[in-house]
Amino acid sequence: MKLFAIILIGILAGFVIWGTNDLPERGDPGSPASTGVSTYYIENAYTDSKTPNMVTAVLADYRGFDTFGEAVVVVAAGLSCLLILLRRRRREDGTEGGLFSQADAEKAARMAAGKGLYGDDT
Amino acid sequence: MTSRFESVFLFVVARAMVPLIQVFAFYVITHGHYSPGGGFQGGVMLAASIILLRVSMGDESYERFPREAGIVIAGFGALAFALLGFMSMLFGGNFLEYALAVPGMGADELRYWGIFFAEVFIGFLVWGALVAIYDALETGGVE
Amino acid sequence: MIYQLDFWLMVILVLFAILALEVRDLLAAVGVLTGFSFLMALLFAKLGAPDVALTEAALGAGLTGVFLLLALVFVGRESED
Repeated sequence: MKLFAIILIGILAGFVIWGTNDLPERGDPGSPASTGVSTYYIENAYTDSKTPNMVTAVLADYRGFDTFGEAVVVVAAGLSCLLILLRRRRREDGTEGGLFSQADAEKAARMAAGKGLYGDDT
Repeated sequence: MTSRFESVFLFVVARAMVPLIQVFAFYVITHGHYSPGGGFQGGVMLAASIILLRVSMGDESYERFPREAGIVIAGFGALAFALLGFMSMLFGGNFLEYALAVPGMGADELRYWGIFFAEVFIGFLVWGALVAIYDALETGGVE
Repeated sequence: MIYQLDFWLMVILVLFAILALEVRDLLAAVGVLTGFSFLMALLFAKLGAPDVALTEAALGAGLTGVFLLLALVFVGRESED
């Protein structure tokens, strides 16, 4: 079985290496990545926003909405990590109910009263 | 985390390293216009400095950087960035199009400062979110 | 362009990836994965993308290792399979 997996990986790697023959040369001005909107960024990034670093201008200005979505994803990851681990800790305490249980209501009341976010030990 | 410090050597080295890491992180955030870097990388460095503080100082680091502070800073960064972006939509422009919102300055100057504040807010957001994840993993899963 | 540097970096990168999958001790796997991220950052910097290299060095070689080590505290360092 392991031999079969290695052979399969070898065949697929061969296909990938074969497929790289069709990629354009590095820095080719006629390649699809260089003929689209990127020429506009390269020519106008400094005059538009006085920013010599083109990458920053694209990330924070031209593609600002994309960066905003990325930021929302990071915050959602932090919040969900916090909430999931809180649930696990409550389950070990034996006070777990549904998704919005009595413990959640008490937690919200504590937070609204300015107490600790993590429970009684803060 | 029973002892006051995990290790004296770790504490001394971390005490010397943390301010340097933070200064370099602020340099990376604020010089995103001119050099590689920006909010995301600088925020990660700030989070790394706080995590170094947590590892080396143990419980005492909660007095310097409380456990609630992480998610609060992340929320502040996200809210400020959203306000910065949607502010110009109130004046009829697109997302992050400041020319209508703040009259009197040149469009390129406005975009320069817009990029600057966007980088700073993204730095706050990433910093807070990563510290919050570390704190949740360290303290929320046990006991 | 230094083709030799590219070649050997990529060869060592593939070796590190295989090693991180095959090693028994999970602590060693985390170390190898951190080294993989560092080499990846070197490769990005050499290919002319310093922004991506900085992100990879700060996130991949820095914080991901810390988070994985923190997870190892809970699950133990012995591999199951």
